[in-house]
Amino acid sequence: MATDSGAPTGSFRLSMLLYDSRYRSLTIQVFAFFVLMFGAAWLVYNTKTNLEALGKPFGFDFLFNTSGYDIAQRPIEYSSQSTHLRAAMVGLLNTLILAVMACVTATVLGVFAGVLRLSNNWIIARLMTIYIETFRNVPVLIWIIVTSAVMSESMPPPSAFRGADPSASMILWDSVAVTNRGVYIPAPLVEHSLGSLNIPGVQLSLDAIAFLVVVALSIWVNRRVLAHATKVQNATGVRPATWWKSLLILFLPAIVLLYAMGFHLEYPALRGFNFSGGIQMRNSLIAMWIGLSIYTAAFIAEIVRAGIMAISKGQTEAAFALGLQPGKTMRLVILPQALRVIVPPLISQYLNITKNTSLGLAVGYMDLRSTLGGITINQTGRELEGMLLMMLIYLIVSLVISTVMNFYNDRVKLRER
Amino acid sequence: MSDQATSFVRNDMLPPKEPPSSQVGVVKWARENLFGGWLSTVLTLLSIAAIVYIVWHLFPWFANGVWNADSLTQCREILNGATGACWAVIRVNWLQLVFGFYPPELYWRPILAFVLLFVAIAPVLFPSVPRKLLWFSGLYPFLAVWLLWGGTVWAPVLTLAGFVLGYLVLMAAGSLGTVIATGLTIAVPVLFWLFALGPLDDFLQGVIPLEIEPVASRDFGGFMISVVIGVAGIALSLPLGILFALGRQSTMPIIKWISVVFIEFIRGVPLITLLFTASLLLNYFLPPGTNFDLILRVIIMVTLFATAYMAEVIRGGLAALPKGQYEAADALGLDYWKAQRLIIMPQALKISIPGIVNTFIGLFKDTTLVVFIGILDPIGRASAIRATSDWQGIYWELFLFIGAVFWIFCFSMSRYSMHLERRLKTDHR
Amino acid sequence: MKKSVFLGTLATAALVAGYASATTLEDVKARGSLNCGVSTGVNGFSAPDANGVWQGFDVAICRAVAAAVLGDPMAVNFVPTTGQTRFTALASGEIDLLARNTTWTFSRDVDLGFTFVGVNYYDGQGFMVNRALGVSSATELDGATVCIQTGTTTELNLADYFRVNNMTYEPVPIETNAEAQQQYLAGACDVYTTDASGLAATRASFENPGDHVILPEIISKEPLGPLVRQGDDQWADIGRWTLNALVAAEELGVTSANLEQMAAGTNNPEINRLLGTEGTLGEMLGLDAQWAQRAIAAGGNYGEIFAANIGEATPIGLARGLNAQWTQGGLMYAPPFR
Repeated sequence: MATDSGAPTGSFRLSMLLYDSRYRSLTIQVFAFFVLMFGAAWLVYNTKTNLEALGKPFGFDFLFNTSGYDIAQRPIEYSSQSTHLRAAMVGLLNTLILAVMACVTATVLGVFAGVLRLSNNWIIARLMTIYIETFRNVPVLIWIIVTSAVMSESMPPPSAFRGADPSASMILWDSVAVTNRGVYIPAPLVEHSLGSLNIPGVQLSLDAIAFLVVVALSIWVNRRVLAHATKVQNATGVRPATWWKSLLILFLPAIVLLYAMGFHLEYPALRGFNFSGGIQMRNSLIAMWIGLSIYTAAFIAEIVRAGIMAISKGQTEAAFALGLQPGKTMRLVILPQALRVIVPPLISQYLNITKNTSLGLAVGYMDLRSTLGGITINQTGRELEGMLLMMLIYLIVSLVISTVMNFYNDRVKLRER
Repeated sequence: MSDQATSFVRNDMLPPKEPPSSQVGVVKWARENLFGGWLSTVLTLLSIAAIVYIVWHLFPWFANGVWNADSLTQCREILNGATGACWAVIRVNWLQLVFGFYPPELYWRPILAFVLLFVAIAPVLFPSVPRKLLWFSGLYPFLAVWLLWGGTVWAPVLTLAGFVLGYLVLMAAGSLGTVIATGLTIAVPVLFWLFALGPLDDFLQGVIPLEIEPVASRDFGGFMISVVIGVAGIALSLPLGILFALGRQSTMPIIKWISVVFIEFIRGVPLITLLFTASLLLNYFLPPGTNFDLILRVIIMVTLFATAYMAEVIRGGLAALPKGQYEAADALGLDYWKAQRLIIMPQALKISIPGIVNTFIGLFKDTTLVVFIGILDPIGRASAIRATSDWQGIYWELFLFIGAVFWIFCFSMSRYSMHLERRLKTDHR
Repeated sequence: MKKSVFLGTLATAALVAGYASATTLEDVKARGSLNCGVSTGVNGFSAPDANGVWQGFDVAICRAVAAAVLGDPMAVNFVPTTGQTRFTALASGEIDLLARNTTWTFSRDVDLGFTFVGVNYYDGQGFMVNRALGVSSATELDGATVCIQTGTTTELNLADYFRVNNMTYEPVPIETNAEAQQQYLAGACDVYTTDASGLAATRASFENPGDHVILPEIISKEPLGPLVRQGDDQWADIGRWTLNALVAAEELGVTSANLEQMAAGTNNPEINRLLGTEGTLGEMLGLDAQWAQRAIAAGGNYGEIFAANIGEATPIGLARGLNAQWTQGGLMYAPPFR
């Protein structure tokens, strides 16, 4: 080893591109960049040649043609006369609806299962272990198909509800009908509608907006009241009773609004071949929802358990030493800390749910993949454009979810000082 | 004091009394673990009720199972109105569920490959197995490919020869510096495969014809295809994942940027879209006229998918390493690859083992999605069976069977990962 | 599959850009087998039997083509395709011929870039319902739940039919015939709609076929036929004329039973030209003189194939109807072999 110090000086030689660590990384990067560009050019060239050989133009015009097919579950107005673009939007909305539903139930189920697995109760802890190990070690596709098979094979058909002495009957005071075509639940309706807001492409119900605004306002006012009570408590040591104020503020405005709009429930009733009225949750939706929820809940349960176990016992003991009750210990000491461990893996579970909604084609759920990536591609023969667009949409949805959740994660993260 | 009568109590200690019956044995255990409060009591009772209900309903179904029948109708006749499973569907179809349409007289080949798989992974899994077996692990992929697909022995042998060639070049060119050595190590074998492999293969086949009966990919099916795709994906995604994890950690912006885009893209789209890309779009991206095996395309896509997840897991392991480790490696004067090989990777991989195994489990479960692109994996076989007039309307038995097999694979993998975690933990202290 | 998959990958990785693609006929001959796309399983049309050997009406076309081109009716690789994957499989060259009850439509022929080589079955879309529903006409189906196979023309026909008749319906999209069958039997849909032949095939596989009725309305024309990629006329001709040979054989009375005797030479010049004892028709196709002989020997003439797979003597029990020879009042009409 030479002992001289100081940077080597002298003129630049070509070999320095390889041996001098200052230039070497540049060489490698330039090389990598060229390889990448060459690869990309090669792909584009091949695609172009292949498309030309097949006589297919590349373009997204087909999105504006009439789709010609019907979709059963349509959150926005759609018919077979609408465009393929509209069908894709219906599919995207169906994907999102399913994802949100499954995320909520999976979280609830998962938190319960995770906490119960740590319970002192021997039998329930064992049961939860069995649940978790069974569900997470079997492919989700099997759960979805089995749920769908159970729904369609063992629930009564609508015709079983008919006649003087039907073999099946509706449950929950005649408000919910469980059939092998799906579950019919009452639909919330208003008599004096405020109309709807027409943004091109989407119709927003003003009723729902009004309701949400009122609820949001109530919550905000309630927070102010609570903050005020805390302030009084800090100043005087006595906390003014707030529960009745909270109840009043939270519920009264909403009830008044609903009453004014003439809110009522529309119950499903058997008419012709099927039930009509109410909201139909189709078999495909139920199968996807239940299948995804119970499968992902097993993972969330493990995440929750790991999160709680990661908090050292000293925290609980310290909280008890401060005189906090077990409930408050959980709420004020354990959970906020556990949440930091729980949230990051929870984000990836939510992403997994969103991506797994694409398994809808196993049960005929009309999600983005089945509309844009399925029937549209098949009827128009535009695989390349359809697949690219679909991937792009999934990518955007994933990125949005992870951005939002990472924002939340930053908020609960430990502030290091 | 001595004459004073001491009040005598007792000479010996009383034997300890039995604790009250509520504090010992089953009663105590039950009080603590089953009835420790009203909530716990309610939960216990509910659970017991649920268990009894389930067993009550399922037991007869299992117990009355029919094993010998040719169709569901026959099953029902045998059961004569009683509830019972029709396991005959598994008995009749299980060879197809396991092997698909693989030629029956060649079943020994996948079975042998499967058995050898355990021999090959044993030295990786268990430290007590002699290290020399690692040689076999290295040879195994080529052997397995040959056994499963058949054909001439020279193609896998020559492919292997390419790797050996690469290693020799690496040894020989070591003095030329890292960049040149790495470049040559990659370039020489690739050139060998591209230009020398085909002619050499034909030549050797002409001189010493060693060939077993070839089997086309489309004859693969059932659990065999799941295991083939799963194992190939697992074996290929780990090294690729390490490369992308390093790429993402790299200080070179372009390399880092490429890795990030790749990882985030793959993680952002569902596997099923990648599989459809493999079956619908790959032919657009390749030169006209090229057409290769669907299963191979699927393996590539599944590998890419697992690679992105693997890269993130390993990146987590890399990030968890103290910076001092990198600095120490630099201080010793190790070059990048040596530092990675000797210092960084052994530690980072150890930290990421649970994540790696979880990725493997996920990958193995995800192999079921290939059914959507027309590969007859167990689920595909099951729906084909359900479509025949003999077995129309059967589902529980088939899916229980398939689920149970997957469960055994995945559960044992997760147990192994726990075992490994414990073992490495003690190593650490 | 002589070269292993490994070589396949490497060859691909080798960026063998744009190597001259040979004609389909040369490819098939070099490969020694025909890649034929079929459905994943419709009884009578294409389904593997218990030994994994594909059987059926569509399968017979593949076998006839393989026999004509390669001399071996068993030299066929059957590639099961769903309604969604079939066209890409053909466009990408994964299969050489698609014989999967595919409807010949304008856009498929012109826009998707395929060539239909003929019609092997004249069909139409029908409805099947449970007898217990008491429905006797499709016009009574307002509000019904309908099972359809996605990716097929039936989906579009159905939407049109209900819209034109001012009726509503609830579509249940399903990937394969098997699932549709199952959903229908479980009562998850009131109606199953697909090509009438498919309905008959499906109904035949039910435990109690009598419990289900096929409604009289046929709401569309569905000429089903094999298709090939556009741009290789020679290959399309081989497909077209193999099909025509089968039809002509029936018309001329050539059956698998009397084939050998006829091949020795007859006094009917058309039979002689067909069977290659006269003229050079095979040569014009790029095949040898006995091509049609072998195609007919593979499974018999059109009538025999029909009778063996879907005819009235089989569980499917379809009448010839439109698919009878033109001389019998049907539409099967082979152009002259001349």
